[in-house]
Amino acid sequence: MNLPLVLFWVYGAILIAGAIAVILVRNPVHAALFLVLSFFTAAALWILLYAEFLALTLVLVYVGAVMVLFLFVVMMLDINLERLREGFWKSLPLAGIVGVLMAIEMVALLARGAATGGGAPLAAPGAGYSNTRALGMVIYTDYVFPFEIAAVILLVAIVSAIALTLRSRKETKYQDPHSQLSVHASDRLKIVKMASEGLSSESSPQPSPKGEGANVGGGVAK
Amino acid sequence: MLERVKDIASSFMLTELVKGLGLTGRHLFARKITVMYPEEKTPASPRMRGLHALRRYPNGEERCIACKLCEAVCPALAITIESDQRDDGTRRTTRYDIDLVKCIFCGFCEESCPVDSIVETRFIEYHGESRGDLLYTKPMLLAIGDRFEAQIAADRGEDAPFR
Amino acid sequence: MNDYLARFQGYFQGQANDWLGPVWGPQAFTVGRTLAMIVMVLVPVLLTVLYYQLVERWVIGWIQVRKGPNRVGWKGVLQPIADAIKLLMKEQVVPSGANKVLFMLAPILSVAPALAAWSIVPFFPGWVISNADAAILVMLAMTSLGIYGIIIAGWASNSKYAFIGSMRAAAQMVAYELAMGFAIVGALMAGQSMNLTQIVAAQQTPYGAIGWFWIPLFPLFLIHYIAGLAETNRHPFDVAEGESEIVAGFHVEYSGMAFAVFFLAEYANMILISTVSPLLFLGGWLSPFDVSFVRDAGPAVSWLAAPSVLWLLAKTAFLMFLFLWIRASFPRYRYDQIMRLGWKVFIPVTLVWIALTGVALMDPVAHWPVLRIWFGR
Repeated sequence: MNLPLVLFWVYGAILIAGAIAVILVRNPVHAALFLVLSFFTAAALWILLYAEFLALTLVLVYVGAVMVLFLFVVMMLDINLERLREGFWKSLPLAGIVGVLMAIEMVALLARGAATGGGAPLAAPGAGYSNTRALGMVIYTDYVFPFEIAAVILLVAIVSAIALTLRSRKETKYQDPHSQLSVHASDRLKIVKMASEGLSSESSPQPSPKGEGANVGGGVAK
Repeated sequence: MLERVKDIASSFMLTELVKGLGLTGRHLFARKITVMYPEEKTPASPRMRGLHALRRYPNGEERCIACKLCEAVCPALAITIESDQRDDGTRRTTRYDIDLVKCIFCGFCEESCPVDSIVETRFIEYHGESRGDLLYTKPMLLAIGDRFEAQIAADRGEDAPFR
Repeated sequence: MNDYLARFQGYFQGQANDWLGPVWGPQAFTVGRTLAMIVMVLVPVLLTVLYYQLVERWVIGWIQVRKGPNRVGWKGVLQPIADAIKLLMKEQVVPSGANKVLFMLAPILSVAPALAAWSIVPFFPGWVISNADAAILVMLAMTSLGIYGIIIAGWASNSKYAFIGSMRAAAQMVAYELAMGFAIVGALMAGQSMNLTQIVAAQQTPYGAIGWFWIPLFPLFLIHYIAGLAETNRHPFDVAEGESEIVAGFHVEYSGMAFAVFFLAEYANMILISTVSPLLFLGGWLSPFDVSFVRDAGPAVSWLAAPSVLWLLAKTAFLMFLFLWIRASFPRYRYDQIMRLGWKVFIPVTLVWIALTGVALMDPVAHWPVLRIWFGR
C-alpha cells in the first residue's frame, strides 16, 4: 500500500464512473464533458505508469483539440433527444453483439498480458531515463515506416476532408484580407496642393467687403 | 514587384507596429492632463447653466412677480408656479417648484425672466439621494440665491455687454 | 541558502518519519513539501495578478495622458484590494435557464489549468515544484485545457452573446495553440531538451545576451509572444470579449467572485506566458552581461554577470509591461484576419523556421562561424 496505488484506485474509479456516465447521461454536452474527464483520468493513470509523454500527448491532442471541436459541434447542434432514442430496441441486438465481442477481445488481450507477466509491478525507471527520448528512438528507428505511413494516411484524410468541404460560392462576396492589407494610403488618397482661393481673390464671383466673413462666427456686440 | 517585397519585409519586421508602440511610448512620459476634481477644477464660464436660484433685490425683496413666463417657456415642463396677492397688494408666487429631474438646463427660464429673478448659477455640486430630493421648492431656491448672490451678480455683470 | 533549506527539509523529514513510520512518513513528507512549494509559488503569483491589474490601469492611463487610479491609499496602491472586496461582496447572479452546475464549474475549470501550469516553471536551478522532463508538454497541455472553462461558460450561461464569445475564443485558441507549440518546438530543438531548466542552461554561452535563443529563433520568439497574446484573449486579439459587439463575450452573465475568477485566470495566463517566454528565448535567470570582461572586472561590476532570479523577474516584468503597452496601442483585429494570421502566416513561418533550426543543428553547419555561438556544443 503506497500513495501511487491509492491514486491508481482513485483515478481508476473516476475513469470507470466517467466512462459509464458518457453513455448514460442524456445531455450530449454532458456526455462529451464526461468523455473529457475520462481522457484526463486515463492520462493521469499513464503518468502513474511513467508514460508521461503519451499521457501529455493524450491531454494535448484529445482533450485540448479533438474534444474541443467535438464540443463545438455538439453545442451548435440543436439535438432532439426524443429522436435520438428512437429505434433503441430495434438496434439493441446488433449493439449487444458488438459490445460482447469487444468485451471478449479485451478480456483476451488482458489475459494474455497477465499470462506473460504483464501484471507484475512496474519498476521505477532510473534517473537518466527519459520516456520521450525512448519513444523517439523506437518510433524513428524500428517503426519508422509504419510511422511515416500513418502520417501520410492522416495527411490524405486532411486533404480530402478539406477538398470535400471547401467550395467557394459564387453568389457570396468575401473580403480578401491579403489584398486589404497590401493597400497603401497612396492608393486610396491623393493629397492635392492648391493655392487658397477666397477673400483675397480678384475673380471671386461675389466680391464681399473684407472682414465681414470673419465676423460671421463671432457674436456681434451691439 | 520591388514594392511588394518591401511590403512583405516591413510586415514581417513589424515596422508599423513598432512605430505605433513608439508613439504610445512617447505619450507614456507626457505631462498628464488629468484634473484632480474636488481639489482642482476647470474654469467655468459666467454663462454656466448650473443649479437654479431665485434672486432678491438689494433691499431683500424677492424679484419674482409671478408672471409665469418661465413656466410657459420651459420645454421640459419642469417649473410649477402658483400665485396669489400678498398682504401689501403685490402679486407674488405662493409656490415655485423646479423639478430638477425633468430640467434640461436649457436656460430658457433665465432668458424669459423680465426681472432677472430666476437664474442658473455656476454651482453644480448638489445631489439627491431620492427622487424627491431633486424637487426644489421656493424657499430652497431663494436660499440658493441668497448664498451665491455675489457670484451671480458678478456673472451677470460680466455677461451684460453681450446681451 | 540552499544548505539552510536542506537542513529545514531534513528536520521535517525526520518528524514525518517519527510520527507516521517508515512507509507513510516519506510519502506524507513528499505531499507536504509539494503543498508548501505550491503555496510558495502561487501566493506571489496571485499577488502579482492583483497588482498587475492596478499597473495595467496605470500604464493605460499614462499612455492616454491620464493619471490612472490614484485615490485609494497612497497613489492608489490599495485599489486592487478595494476591487477585490467589492467583488466579494457582490451578489452571485445565476441566469435563469443556465446550467447551474456547469455555470459554477466553468470559472474553476478556467483558473485551475492557469495555476497548474506554474508547477513546471523554474525560477532558478532547483527552484521548481516539478522538474519534469516533459515540462513544456505539461505547459502546453495546461494552456489547452483553459479552453474548456471558456467554452463551458459560454454554453452554460444560456446567452447568445456568451456563446458567440466562447466559440470565437475556442476557435482562436485552438488555432494559436498550434503556432505556439511550433514556436516552443524550435526552442526545445535548440535547447536539446524539453526540460525548462536545461533549455536555460543551454543558453549559457560566453557571449551574454547574444548567446540566448532570441537571436537565432527571433521569428519564433515573436510568434510565441504574439500567440501568447491570442491564447490569453488579450488585445489586439480580444474579439472573444468584443465589448462593442457581444457585450463582454463569454463572461457576460458572470458577476461577483465568479467573474473575478475568470479575470484571475486570464491574468495568471498572461504572467505565465511572460515567464515562459524568457525561459525559452531570453536566457531565463542568466545575466545579459555574462561576458568575460564584465566577470573579470572586479567585485564592483562582476555581480552583474551572475545569474539571478532577479534577471528572470526583470525580463518577465518587461514582457508583462509589453502586454499592457500593446493593449494601449493597437486596435482590435478583425476576426477573419485573426484566423488568417494564425493559420496562414504563423504556422508556415514556424514550420519553415523549425526546419532551418534543424539544419543549423546538424553537425557541420552547427560549427560554422556565427551559428557556433548558439548551436556549436
